[in-house]
Amino acid sequence: MNPAVMTAPNETLVYARPQSLADCYTHYCPGCTHGTAHRLVAEVLDELGLRERTILVASVGCSVFAYNYFNVDACEAPHGRAPAMATGIKRVNPNNIVFTYQGDGDLASIGMGEVIHAAARGENITIIFLNNATYGMTGGQMAPTTLPGQKTSSSPQGRDVAMTGYPLHMAELLGSLPGTAYSVRRSLHDARHVIQAKKAIRTAFEVQMANKGFSVVELLSSCPTNWGMTPEQSLTWIKEQMVPVYPLGDFKV
Amino acid sequence: MAKGRVVIDVERCKGCELCRPACPQDVLFLADDLNSKGYRPVILLDPNHDCTGCALCATVCPDGCITVYREIPAKKAVREPALA
Amino acid sequence: MSKKLMKGNVAIAEASVRAGCEAYFGYPITPQTELLEYMSERMPELGRVFLQAESEVAAINMVYGAAATGVRVMTSSSSPGISLMQEGFSYIAGSDVPAVIVDVMRGGPGLGNIQPSQGDYNQITKTAGHGDFHPIVLAPASVQEAIDLTVLAFDLAEKYRTLVFVVVDGAIGQMMEPAELPPMRELPSGRPDWALTGAKGREKNVISSLFLGTTELELMNKELQAKLAYIQANNEIRYEEYMTNDADLLLVAFGTAARVAQTAVQHLRQEGLKVGLFRPITLWPFPSRRLTQLTYLADTFLVVEMNAGQMVHDVRAAVHERVPVHFYGRMGGVIPMPEEVEQKVRELMRVVPTEDDVQTHQFPVKPQAAHEFLRM
Repeated sequence: MNPAVMTAPNETLVYARPQSLADCYTHYCPGCTHGTAHRLVAEVLDELGLRERTILVASVGCSVFAYNYFNVDACEAPHGRAPAMATGIKRVNPNNIVFTYQGDGDLASIGMGEVIHAAARGENITIIFLNNATYGMTGGQMAPTTLPGQKTSSSPQGRDVAMTGYPLHMAELLGSLPGTAYSVRRSLHDARHVIQAKKAIRTAFEVQMANKGFSVVELLSSCPTNWGMTPEQSLTWIKEQMVPVYPLGDFKV
Repeated sequence: MAKGRVVIDVERCKGCELCRPACPQDVLFLADDLNSKGYRPVILLDPNHDCTGCALCATVCPDGCITVYREIPAKKAVREPALA
Repeated sequence: MSKKLMKGNVAIAEASVRAGCEAYFGYPITPQTELLEYMSERMPELGRVFLQAESEVAAINMVYGAAATGVRVMTSSSSPGISLMQEGFSYIAGSDVPAVIVDVMRGGPGLGNIQPSQGDYNQITKTAGHGDFHPIVLAPASVQEAIDLTVLAFDLAEKYRTLVFVVVDGAIGQMMEPAELPPMRELPSGRPDWALTGAKGREKNVISSLFLGTTELELMNKELQAKLAYIQANNEIRYEEYMTNDADLLLVAFGTAARVAQTAVQHLRQEGLKVGLFRPITLWPFPSRRLTQLTYLADTFLVVEMNAGQMVHDVRAAVHERVPVHFYGRMGGVIPMPEEVEQKVRELMRVVPTEDDVQTHQFPVKPQAAHEFLRM
């Protein structure tokens, strides 16, 4: 329990920082929903009582320090290789709960091979996939998930689909594989959607606990700094620009 | 309407203000002072005791800096010692 | 235990199993594929993990993941696959986890061919990945030694929390020889305290090679270098000498090239030429000090390799220009014949004139040796 929590006799505690979230300051920019996703995962690990048997595989990108932010055993994979590393961990430790936390550059670009094959094998791991349509850590370059026309630091005129192709729909793609047990897309742009996202994360971990196979939750996430917006504007941008391209829904349940 | 309060970890808060539009009672404001990281943290200004402890602010807070409490309705509060 | 006729690749696989390897991740590539195939049957039989990965890149990261949880784990590949795995080697070295890699070397560069080669010497001992590190590199020259060194590889990996390579060329991987396997070891009941097992009743463990601060990363590098220096100083240097006591000329070779060189030594001794063989068994740490000592015995060194000359640079560095270090090598998957090595030795010992001698009208400089040669 958080030592800062002090409940008066006539009060109940409605919400406190989850135990699985490390008591430290994150490097994320103000308003970045990476923090929200971390918190949701930590809440789910607390609620399912999984903290002491969970192993996190962090990836390369803004979430590279995720191993510092969770109170669980953790490692940091080479760029894109988190699903392979998670496979190695889970195969020798089937009783541990193993999850990766990856961004869109890591998962949908350099790590496409690893994630597709982990899903195809029905690897009993959970993937938390943050889609913010950009490479955040390196300063906002075009990602495989960048929207058509979206301006980034490496598509300054806006993404030209004739030159650079189309965004990848990972939740649909992974959902189409027989080895995938659970593949959904949720968004973090308002309280209602955050609550839905948490439910999905919980289901994904329950799928792993039941040994049903590969589970992935794609979360539409904001990058106020690289999008050049305020945190509030960036949530509106998710709602108005990203959700039409990346429809929320269940692609395999 | 239930009554509640929130405690904000002002040192952890980055002043992103995402909690403000989420708050239905409009009781969260940016502080005038800076925290040690140089951000203006959000604080609770609730002179009329409008906060209901709905926790929507905590739900959207990316930095997990909000703790939410809700008052136990008077009748329940009276009953509680008997239960214990 | 009796000796059994075994193929090198299969012998390495079974030796790994007996050394307590709990997980194997690999990808098919000639000439190591029999190792993967053998493991695909043997590991599930024992309830251990076998997984054919989608690529060498994935395989090495599966190894990294399993290694981070403190079990004995391995992969095997051949030269192009080893190149692909380099990213993983560097991460493994940067986060101090133990892993065993078997490289059954083939001809390069590029796709090259599938014939035996020693072209990975530099790739493994010098440039196994970005950043400053060396794996321990063990180079057996027979199937029996491949078995023994594979078991040692797992022990060293665990002892020093480091990468250990067993490097053989395709010839040793593919050849059959009688050899004896070690007894089956029991698997350990627990895991090391640094391993990822779930943070139950303790602080969390983290396995990472990320150190963002310059001070932190330099400190980490200093610790890594200190560990490598400790390995070098801690009797982990291994080599074998054959007829070096009175050698005028010293052959230096490892793996299959050393077998060829040994045959050449036997032939040349019959001719009365004082030739010996020095065979490094650990390619890293390299037995430099012993080579330096041997310069007081032999006045000429000849390095024989199945490449364009890679280990020869380490030999030259070791002898500090005290003696001339010559090189004889074959490339493209060609194994040199003993006769080729013998001819090179005769030229160097001036028993027969070299092409240069003929052109410059010089005569052999060691008449006594020449006399002995002509008498035979």
